[in-house]
Amino acid sequence: MATLIDMPKLSDTMTVGTLVRWLKNEGDAVANGDMIAEIETDKATMEVECFDEGILIKHYCSEGDEVAVADPIAAIGEAGEEAPAATSSAPAAAAPEPVAAVEAPAAAPAPVAAPAAPAPVAAPAASTGARIKASPLAKKIAAEKGLDLATIQGSGPGGRILKEDVLNAKPVAATPAAATSAPAAAPAATLEELVIPVSNMRKSIGKALVASKTQAPHFYLQIEVNGAPLAKLRAELNGKLAGLPPEQGGVKFSVNDLTLKAAAEAVRRVPAINRSWEGDSIKQHANVHLAFGVAIDDGLVTPVIRAAETKGLREIGAEAKVLIKKARSKKLTPNEMSGSTLTVTNLGMFGISDFYGIINPNNAAILSIGATIKKPVVNEHDEIVVGQVMKIGLSGDHRTIDGAVGAQYLQALKEILETPAMMLV
Amino acid sequence: MPLITYREAIKQALDEEIQRDENVCIMGEEVAEYNGAYKVTEGLWAKHGDKRVIDTPISEAAFSGLAIGASMLGIRPVIEMMFMSFSYVAIDQLFNNASFCRYMSGGLMNVPIVVRGPANGGTSVGATHSHTIEYMVANHPGLKVVCPSNAYDAKGLMKAAIRDNDPVFVMENTLLYGEQWEVPEEEYIVELGVANILKEGTDMTIISHGRCAMLSLEAAKTIEATHGISVEVVDLRSIRPLDEETILNSVKKTGRALLVEENKPYCGVDAQISHLIQLKAFDYLDAPVHRVSSIDAPTIYSKPLEDWQIPNQERIIAMAMKLMA
Repeated sequence: MATLIDMPKLSDTMTVGTLVRWLKNEGDAVANGDMIAEIETDKATMEVECFDEGILIKHYCSEGDEVAVADPIAAIGEAGEEAPAATSSAPAAAAPEPVAAVEAPAAAPAPVAAPAAPAPVAAPAASTGARIKASPLAKKIAAEKGLDLATIQGSGPGGRILKEDVLNAKPVAATPAAATSAPAAAPAATLEELVIPVSNMRKSIGKALVASKTQAPHFYLQIEVNGAPLAKLRAELNGKLAGLPPEQGGVKFSVNDLTLKAAAEAVRRVPAINRSWEGDSIKQHANVHLAFGVAIDDGLVTPVIRAAETKGLREIGAEAKVLIKKARSKKLTPNEMSGSTLTVTNLGMFGISDFYGIINPNNAAILSIGATIKKPVVNEHDEIVVGQVMKIGLSGDHRTIDGAVGAQYLQALKEILETPAMMLV
Repeated sequence: MPLITYREAIKQALDEEIQRDENVCIMGEEVAEYNGAYKVTEGLWAKHGDKRVIDTPISEAAFSGLAIGASMLGIRPVIEMMFMSFSYVAIDQLFNNASFCRYMSGGLMNVPIVVRGPANGGTSVGATHSHTIEYMVANHPGLKVVCPSNAYDAKGLMKAAIRDNDPVFVMENTLLYGEQWEVPEEEYIVELGVANILKEGTDMTIISHGRCAMLSLEAAKTIEATHGISVEVVDLRSIRPLDEETILNSVKKTGRALLVEENKPYCGVDAQISHLIQLKAFDYLDAPVHRVSSIDAPTIYSKPLEDWQIPNQERIIAMAMKLMA
């Protein structure tokens, strides 16, 4: 049975999309996660991700065609299968939501957070269809300058876009959304002044991080990693395993699972990163108790995977999944959140390219994983090619480790991520 | 330029117009021998005699009708309402006859009268003596109404009103009578329907009239000094005819309008101006039009409460800051 891929609704004002370019031709094999086409919306050009596996058996439109939202653009099935006839638009009201269900963060995430799910494809706009509030003057100036109000943040009452906001806005070029970008937060209907009581969690976050930032002299390192091999590995694994039922070993790995595994693996090569400052001594730990940030409502927790260096990817992935679920339902025990020796944070799903977390108390370092972003890179033949660049930041506690240790660790991590087979040895 | 009071400025206008035009006369309760309840006509009876300055019985309806009739035959009476609130007893004469006579007669008869007197609250004289009726006058096609905020305008507008061939109401203010402004000795006229920019600014416009324009000017200076917000203050001077151009140009320049008046908010003058702004300057607005007017209740007798009921600087500044939010 062939599966139809419909024109996704990529913004709340989008009614039609233009098929700019087919990235997969009829007859091509496609896998979950492949980009099959570029779509131009009223706001930007974005790629359409495929969530099925098989052969692209039919294009229902040609490059340059305008297709109504929810009308089919392609069919995916088995080789030799007959493509179903294209049917016309579903009723407007029944227009399907964009394929990838995306967890839109309600608020800006705290600076330490890890993705719970694989990064979604293009950014679907809020489906609430909230009216854009802008003063008449702001609308007029935006029209004169050719600016899209939907791209401008309003600073006025109720989020109203004011003259000042438009004057400060930069023209937005149509850029393909990075494959890892998360949706921008849906604009609130109204902004309101709130006095938010400081929860116990916020208190302890504040206390721990103030202590860390004031007591541990942070130094910062960053390394650029070629993200393509890891993405390839992930696609291969998920391609084999994601479709199987759990009892037959079915599993889907997130980028986070892989980076956690790699981070633990790299400690085996540079054990000095796995240390704690204890005042009159420095302790090097015999196990990697690997913490990772999970953003939850009004806070952040860092559950710990014990002895991560002894665990396989499947175990790490499964444990992370359980811990994330517990974190979200606030069921983590104190034990599950303490005793870490190294922490990994990830803001890649928000499209953040690089950042530096604050060191988790008693760790020597924290890793900050950025988004994997397509960029021109120079390859080994001195050619400029499209590369997938992932930036990893390291904040180190200079009392415990020096820059060279951090650098060696990042080097080891880079090697593992770029040659993931190294995780086998 | 000599400093003279608002009261003196009006008296000078009346005096000069009586001398300039033999048809100009003053009528009202106690305007002659008693020199006027608020002493605006002080000395005019002694100077010009019974024929030009006339005490009337205590009946606004009667002397309004008398003035209207006389004006149809060429006399140019200036009638004083001891309080503008008392014009209510002459509603039929003023708002029905004076306003529509030119129209009803097919242009054969016009009514060149001036109705003047204090129209303001803030003096603890109670609900029935504190009306500001410019909104009501302006709602009658055929009537004109001006609200001078200072001595210069009071004199210039009074002379323009007397020379105008239609009924013109001049809204004075008992709180301004004793205040002084510079007024030139040489003759001048302030044309009806021309607003005055009291202060230039770039961030917001306060549009006001009467005493509120002076409060707005002070508030604007405070806002500028304490918040660094540049406020333009437009004094309408004339409610009808209205200087739409000055209002719109100012709002187009600043993008924000605060309207300040002593009228009650409901169907007040600023309700009309607010409509004008949204209609003709919609694309220039960066915020909704805001208003400060008297709190919508009968004028309160208690002085402390009344001082809060009618616009004051504190309320104007607070609303201006809200407008700038």
